[in-house]
Amino acid sequence: MTDSKYFTTTKKGEIFELKAELNSDKKEKKKEAVKKVIASMTVGKDVSALFPDVVNCMQTDNLELKKLVYLYLMNYAKSQPDMAIMAVNTFVKDCEDPNPLIRALAVRTMGCIRVDKITEYLCEPLRKCLKDEDPYVRKTAAVCVAKLHDINAQLVEDQGFLDTLKDLISDSNPMVVANAVAALSEIAESHPNSNLLDLNPQSINKLLTALNECTEWGQIFILDCLANYTPRDDRESQSICERVTPRLSHANSAVVLSAVKVLMKFMEMLPKDLDYYGTLLKKLAPPLVTLLSAEPELQYVALRNINLIVQKRPEILKHEMKVFFVKYNDPIYVKLEKLDIMIRLASQANIAQVLAELKEYATEVDVDFVRKAVRAIGRCAIKVEQSAERCVSTLLDLIQTKVNYVVQEAIVVIKDIFRKYPNKYESVIATLCENLDSLDEPEARAAMIWIVGEYAERIDNADELLESFLEGFHDESTQVQLQLLTAIVKLFLKKPTETQELVQQVLSLATQDSDNPDLRDRGYIYWRLLSTDPVAAKEVVLAEKPLISEETDLIEPTLLEELICHIGTLASVYHKPPSAFVEGSRGVQHKRIPIQSSESQDTGGAPGATEAPAAVIPSQGDLLGDLLNLDLTPPTSTAGAPPGPPMPMGGMDLLGGGLDSLVGGGGSLLTPLSLLWLPAMKGKGLEIMGTFARRAGVIQMEMTLTNKAMSVMTDFAIQFNRNSFGLAPAGPLQVPTPLSPNQTIDVSLPLNNGGPVMKMEPLNNLQVAVKNNIDVFYFSCQYPISMLFVEDGKMDRQVFLATWKDIPNENEAQFQINDCHLNSDAASNKLQGSNVFTIAKRTVEGQDMLYQSMKLTNGICVLTELRVQTGSPTYTVSDRHTHALWVMIPARAGV
Amino acid sequence: MIGGLFIYNHKGEVLISRVYRDDIGYVQWEGSIRSSSSYLSPPSPPRRNAVDAFRVNVIHARQQVRSPVTNIARTSFFHVKRSNIWLAAVTKQNVNAAMVFEFLYKMCDVMSAYFGKISEENIKNNFVLIYELLDEILDFGYPQNSETGALKTFITQQGIKGQTKEEQSQITSQVTGQIGWRREGIKYRRNELFLDVLESVNLLMSPQGQVLSAHVSGRVVMKSYLSGMPECKFGMNDKIVIDKAGKGGTTDEAVKSGKQSIAIDDCTFHQCVRLSKFDSERSISFIPPDGEYELMRYRTTKDIILPFRVIPLVREVGRTKLEVKVVIKSNFKPSLLAQKIEVRIPTPLNTSGVQVICMKGKAKYKASENAIVWKIKRMAGMKESQISAEIELLPTNDKKKWARPPISMNFEVPFAPSGLKVRYLKVFESKLNYSDHDVIKWVRYIGRSGIYETRC
Repeated sequence: MTDSKYFTTTKKGEIFELKAELNSDKKEKKKEAVKKVIASMTVGKDVSALFPDVVNCMQTDNLELKKLVYLYLMNYAKSQPDMAIMAVNTFVKDCEDPNPLIRALAVRTMGCIRVDKITEYLCEPLRKCLKDEDPYVRKTAAVCVAKLHDINAQLVEDQGFLDTLKDLISDSNPMVVANAVAALSEIAESHPNSNLLDLNPQSINKLLTALNECTEWGQIFILDCLANYTPRDDRESQSICERVTPRLSHANSAVVLSAVKVLMKFMEMLPKDLDYYGTLLKKLAPPLVTLLSAEPELQYVALRNINLIVQKRPEILKHEMKVFFVKYNDPIYVKLEKLDIMIRLASQANIAQVLAELKEYATEVDVDFVRKAVRAIGRCAIKVEQSAERCVSTLLDLIQTKVNYVVQEAIVVIKDIFRKYPNKYESVIATLCENLDSLDEPEARAAMIWIVGEYAERIDNADELLESFLEGFHDESTQVQLQLLTAIVKLFLKKPTETQELVQQVLSLATQDSDNPDLRDRGYIYWRLLSTDPVAAKEVVLAEKPLISEETDLIEPTLLEELICHIGTLASVYHKPPSAFVEGSRGVQHKRIPIQSSESQDTGGAPGATEAPAAVIPSQGDLLGDLLNLDLTPPTSTAGAPPGPPMPMGGMDLLGGGLDSLVGGGGSLLTPLSLLWLPAMKGKGLEIMGTFARRAGVIQMEMTLTNKAMSVMTDFAIQFNRNSFGLAPAGPLQVPTPLSPNQTIDVSLPLNNGGPVMKMEPLNNLQVAVKNNIDVFYFSCQYPISMLFVEDGKMDRQVFLATWKDIPNENEAQFQINDCHLNSDAASNKLQGSNVFTIAKRTVEGQDMLYQSMKLTNGICVLTELRVQTGSPTYTVSDRHTHALWVMIPARAGV
Repeated sequence: MIGGLFIYNHKGEVLISRVYRDDIGYVQWEGSIRSSSSYLSPPSPPRRNAVDAFRVNVIHARQQVRSPVTNIARTSFFHVKRSNIWLAAVTKQNVNAAMVFEFLYKMCDVMSAYFGKISEENIKNNFVLIYELLDEILDFGYPQNSETGALKTFITQQGIKGQTKEEQSQITSQVTGQIGWRREGIKYRRNELFLDVLESVNLLMSPQGQVLSAHVSGRVVMKSYLSGMPECKFGMNDKIVIDKAGKGGTTDEAVKSGKQSIAIDDCTFHQCVRLSKFDSERSISFIPPDGEYELMRYRTTKDIILPFRVIPLVREVGRTKLEVKVVIKSNFKPSLLAQKIEVRIPTPLNTSGVQVICMKGKAKYKASENAIVWKIKRMAGMKESQISAEIELLPTNDKKKWARPPISMNFEVPFAPSGLKVRYLKVFESKLNYSDHDVIKWVRYIGRSGIYETRC
């Protein structure tokens, strides 16, 4: 009998038939029917209609049938929460079963049924199972705590499961320990400050003992957990290292990589002159090399990690160049990674071998790989000076092959070699010129033109060569056009007599016939320079160029440190911090390598976790201060209030500085004022003025970029640091580049709040990094909180009333706004424009009471009571915000 | 941790889908993908999006797979392929990537141990079993004990009704215990063990005969049929151990064998081996699993015996003809015989005809593989053989030169090219009445070609 037949049926009345079969009296028929249901579920058919019938099959002593029903339950319980309750009794009963396998099965499955109502019933059985006499049940229950925490964290804390879980770290069974560690590590990730794992020398000792005894997977959990510990001093660090090193001989690559992670991290604390330090370094190389004989997918993971390790500690693998030689049958992803590492390891000692290899690779089939190999030869030349000559001759050989993309790639890298070693290899120019016609890629054409221009005085027919490019000037890409313009000007400055005509031609092409502002501007600059002061032109255009750097692709040191702490994980594969690809609060915390310190007490044995709260809940004072700094300027003012005296600004005044248009403004200030965020002095010529606004429900960051430098700016990009409300650019920065000198443009960047969250000081602070072709610039600015008020913040009256009562008094604050000359209606209208909604109004003893609600993008609601004393310029505000109630929502916001 | 696990056939149809975590359901994907056929089918539960995203972006991708890890809309997909079956693990977290791949391989091993080859048919035939296994070895995305020896005691597809209480607790203590790979109470009438030293020798040689890289990756595979919980100790001619013994000057045997000792670059062990003991004393002691398993893997790079030397000679005669001559020399004791020898000489894509003459064996031009395949059944040590071929080429205007892939070789020899020798394997079982002498032991050495290439 085979099971594949269950996949075949696709008749119409299928569901009815199944229903009948499920309710059959015969056990076998029932089981068959459930199998069919599961098969349908697998291929994506909706069989949720059979829920009650399947659940009816649950009470059986046939374990196979039971497991199938459980599988069904896990899939559909969420869509039928009420019916799922029907299953609870069976679960509770099964948790008492004499057979430990059934007890474990029940508690395992119950945790997978993510229905809130069920979780309540889960607590008692789980508590029992955590203390079960059978280790198999305990290890299953340990994971179940993590499951429950994922559904209802508060419940887990209230029920004291975390403490029970902590106790399990001292369990006698190694697998229970391992699972408890895994569960605690996961829970701790969402509570970075909780000190849940409470790692101290005693608990570390327990973990190290369990490490020797548990399964390979358990060893991974434990090692990954150990990596978060910060040893107190170098002695402790060494003793942990000594107990971890045997893991390097484990057959499981993940165990090896996790052990490498622990060692790489703890090594940092050891004094470099210690004998043990050297021993450890030596011990690390062989297992890393062995990883390369694993299956290709694991090789790939290993290579990505080795790439990091080589950057951090090149000495470990410096003698192992050969193992990174590419094999003909390696998958392409392995080949490309090996190539990267080869270049990193290239040194004077091994360069001959490396070059011979690279030359071989340059004749392979895969175009990407060949290009990378050719580029690698160029990088070797730049990295190892002694080899430059050999590299150049290798490149010339490759050019002789006439394979189009090889030639083009070679010319691009030769240009870089010329820049690194000026006046050394110009003899090869003639060979390069022969290949002029075959170049069809912009980068290669631009490189060739650069070479011709730079060495115009040595190329007899430089003018002819450049002229030949000029014919199709308008069809070229901008890169080539710019290069051609510069090259011809260089040529003119070097050989003024013969090339006057040519230079005029290119200048007119660039300035008159081109609609590319960049090109035009450059053309005009040259033109003016040449016509006013040829000597100055010479100094500018033919100025000595700065040398190019050797290693352009090294990972930035702080990122590298963080990635070293993530060895073996996805972050190390992507070479990105977890926050770049993990949603929500998980993995947001940055990890750091402990630093060796002479007074080692300062770490105090605290876990490596850093202090990044999961979701920022503004503290009382913060929220008030900021809310009251409300900037209400965007809405048009309908208030006909007479202009009043300028109001004093204070930290605590309602709708603070922002209210000034409300209070004092005659509707004159309609756009928020731009502030200078990045002065040109700090931005290497880039000046940024900016402001924020909320338009049609979208938060916009509006910036005015001005190029005050002498060169064009291109390749703009923007990034935000983690911030209180998770603001992040909703798209790339759209700057119509290039930005020519003295050009000013306005850009508007839509934002969303899907980014990582970290509490800032002050709360509305935003740290921004803007990048262009010149450098990366950092600045910080503050956004008005009102920008975060969402359009649907209007509460129902009843809800408002109920919520107001529910919010504890501690969450209330009061303050006054002075000198407000609006009547309550005008104020209400005005505030509405900023998504502050008036729910109700009543008049008591000559005071107008306005009840208002607003909701922040992260789900926090703020309720206010605004008391307006008619005729008095003073507003009193009572403000209650709901964070205690709403905290749970922001964590899952965006659903 | 792992959020879900899917198995697809080559068409991208889902055969198995097991979701462990809710977060992987909602994969938002780019506009271009929206035209896929899944949009025409009736609405399905949201988590199918992840399933579809992988199919569209990886299985059906036009380009060759550029990475075994794919990130689509902040969801990471790990995949491995076995014949034309895709296994994909999905996650939204920063998981231990090495662990996920190790788990996927393990999953394949477990499935093979249960029902043989991993094929669409076998998976469909055993889908209930697979779900049961997935439930057991992956809990909330955390891998659990996945040793087949242990699993087979309680995942049997037979139900566990008949078990006694003792049996049940034995199962649970085995699954969670320190020796999760072996159950108690094993009995054999004849205590016997087989050791296979399997080596694959890898070589990359330049046309001039210079060794560019050479290494041996070896495995010691053990089949044990031993009663009780035997304590084993394994010894080989490891240079470090022998030198240590030699220093003590205990026996002259150490000095004698010292010559033959080998330097092991690195080795890894099955989880049954006590790693801390190896680290401190370099002794290999363990309680073996029952049946067949891989005890250790090792790698050596020094003093490797290269069983064959390939000497290529390729001459281009004009633009339409190639002359190839390849000599192979065997380089081991004349009394030994190499088997299954195969030399693969690549030919250009524009080959129109080939004429071959070989002294020994059979040679054939295989147009579909773009190679001349020369097979020799047996060859003794210290012998030499030769093949010559004339390759006719079609004239092409393709400027690109022929890449000249290396000449590769396959063979099998009855010795260990690394020089590794098993010195002893001692078995102690104090509770049962058999001693080391009663155990029948077999040792066999097999050296195979790994990637054995000579550039031409």
